[in-house]
Amino acid sequence: MKICVCIKQVPGSSKVDIDERTGVLKRSGAEAKLNPYDLYTVETALRIKEMLKGTTVTVTALSMGPPQAKEALEEAYMMGADVMVLMSDRRFAGSDCLATSYALSQGIEYLGGFDLVITGKQTTDGDTAQVGPELAEMLGMPSVANVAKVLSAGKDSLTVEYDMPESVNVAKIALPCLISVDKGRYSPRLPSYRRKRGMADAPFLTLTADMLHDKDASHYGLDGSPTQVERIFPPEASNDRTLFKGSAEEAADFIYKGLSAEKLV
Amino acid sequence: MARLVVHSELIDDFEELAALCPFGAIVMGPKGATVDERCRMCLVCTKRSEGRITLEEDAKGPAEGWDGIAVFAETEGGRLHPVGLELLGKAAEMAARSRQKVLAVAVGHGLEDAAEELRHYGTARVVLYDDPAFADYRVDSYTSALFDFVRIYRPGTVLVGATPLGRSLAPRLAARLRTGLTADCTVLDMLEDGSLIQTRPAFGGNIMATIRTPAHRPQMATVRYKVMDMPARRAKATGEIIRASVTDRMRGSGIEVLEVRPKEKVVDLTEADAIVVAGRGLKSQADMALIGRLADALNAQVAATRPLIEAGWQDPRRQIGLSGRTVKPRLIITCGVSGSVQFAAGMRGSGKIVAINSDANASIFDIAHLGIVGDLYEVVPRLTDMIEDGRAI
Repeated sequence: MKICVCIKQVPGSSKVDIDERTGVLKRSGAEAKLNPYDLYTVETALRIKEMLKGTTVTVTALSMGPPQAKEALEEAYMMGADVMVLMSDRRFAGSDCLATSYALSQGIEYLGGFDLVITGKQTTDGDTAQVGPELAEMLGMPSVANVAKVLSAGKDSLTVEYDMPESVNVAKIALPCLISVDKGRYSPRLPSYRRKRGMADAPFLTLTADMLHDKDASHYGLDGSPTQVERIFPPEASNDRTLFKGSAEEAADFIYKGLSAEKLV
Repeated sequence: MARLVVHSELIDDFEELAALCPFGAIVMGPKGATVDERCRMCLVCTKRSEGRITLEEDAKGPAEGWDGIAVFAETEGGRLHPVGLELLGKAAEMAARSRQKVLAVAVGHGLEDAAEELRHYGTARVVLYDDPAFADYRVDSYTSALFDFVRIYRPGTVLVGATPLGRSLAPRLAARLRTGLTADCTVLDMLEDGSLIQTRPAFGGNIMATIRTPAHRPQMATVRYKVMDMPARRAKATGEIIRASVTDRMRGSGIEVLEVRPKEKVVDLTEADAIVVAGRGLKSQADMALIGRLADALNAQVAATRPLIEAGWQDPRRQIGLSGRTVKPRLIITCGVSGSVQFAAGMRGSGKIVAINSDANASIFDIAHLGIVGDLYEVVPRLTDMIEDGRAI
């Protein structure tokens, strides 16, 4: 079985401010990390691989981003992924969810397709949870979101348990398919030091737009993105507010009086 | 083709220009200054560089022949999810401004009662895809039904509730239509020409973005439950009920639902009247007891921010924010919560916001009605005592 895990590198900190005077974005620190939800993505793939011991299972970690996003792939490799593929090209910059999933679908086509594609629930920077289902649609695969556990994996189908608001469901999905995994039952394994030392020999491929089947630049990046950011601004402050500084006694008293006045206690 | 063009001939101070980019993407290349792959297309440089970096793009005309605002009315077992009604309220308001009609579309089985109810929320049409094949939610099959709806009615805008179901259905539909979709909008507005103005937190930071879908139709957006106000039910029913014909292609699915096990009823944060939230200011899991005591005194629910949920200190169902629940209680008390936009987006509609944080510059104080700069370890126990005693000192 060929498994593809789609992962992303996200900013290490969510601290971004706008300079009120100049309107320029200020991002503190350049540190980045693997999207925390993707630890479960990789773990799920490795569990399936263990489930299918005795048959050939390859786990390919796929990401799109600047060259430094290779670090995220390396983390997946250290956990146990077999191959790392980074889609990195200036022409992918500014992609919204649709353009991102389109580029990923082209990358997956280049890699010869997969029996199973796994994505995380969402990323911590975009928070949209859209790329998984959009990618499934582009690939023409059935998809199930909020997967908590893979119950069994066969040659033609996968049986999964997934969370719905009022129920826990079990479904059989025909392969090839895509699942988006939640932080479910699996706790992600730690990266292996031995694999880290073998990084120099690890299979790694960089994909650029020129290598894809669809080379039309207008389908990628900002051009390929139907949604456009028109304006960014700091969240507005509420105008009816009081800031209190004083001793803990006074503070507690202040809150208590404020709540009593509105019959909230 | 839209791209950033660096006008080297206008550059007098390269360092100053490079400093404009928050992502460090303006670099000196072999042929002069250029923008490299770190660029996130935030376009700050085009606004601040006084013409040294510009965005060049082809003109794209808006799509013609798309009209109406459609709301996906989510149902489970034939019962309407209230988020659909909230969206119909918003749609009616935007439709009045842009002189459009409001349509509701539902997919499921046994939708008669739901359809009748939808007629009371300012709809012109209520379109039903009602078939036994739609009894269980299967995303590929539901997508086919909605795709058929969009193809026939050509609505300029499609709104979907950002429920677990909507969050997987809307993106598949958007991908099939090759159109834009903006997730978890906190504000929606419409221009007279029918352009949808969408606002949501962006760039994973403390920033809001206004997003448009200029050249693609329909414009699609998802909105969390309890973000829009519930409209009043109208006495007069308006919507004409239309039963769409369901084909085998729509029924087809690669998913077979084998089992549906109802969950035991757990506390639903979204329905809570009062909530006490723990944030990163809390030093250890054991200290959650402090928060629990205050919540008990107030007869409130306990909730937490993402870092605490990730640390496993609380049940993920008790997370507030974009990756958790959106809440609108009468009272919310945040303890040691800094107030990221992602968190604020999940609770800013609350009636009374009380914030306790030791950092006077925390962004939570921008939205709190009562802000306390202080140590939660000192304030919270005293406040709990006062409430338990029912007296002020």
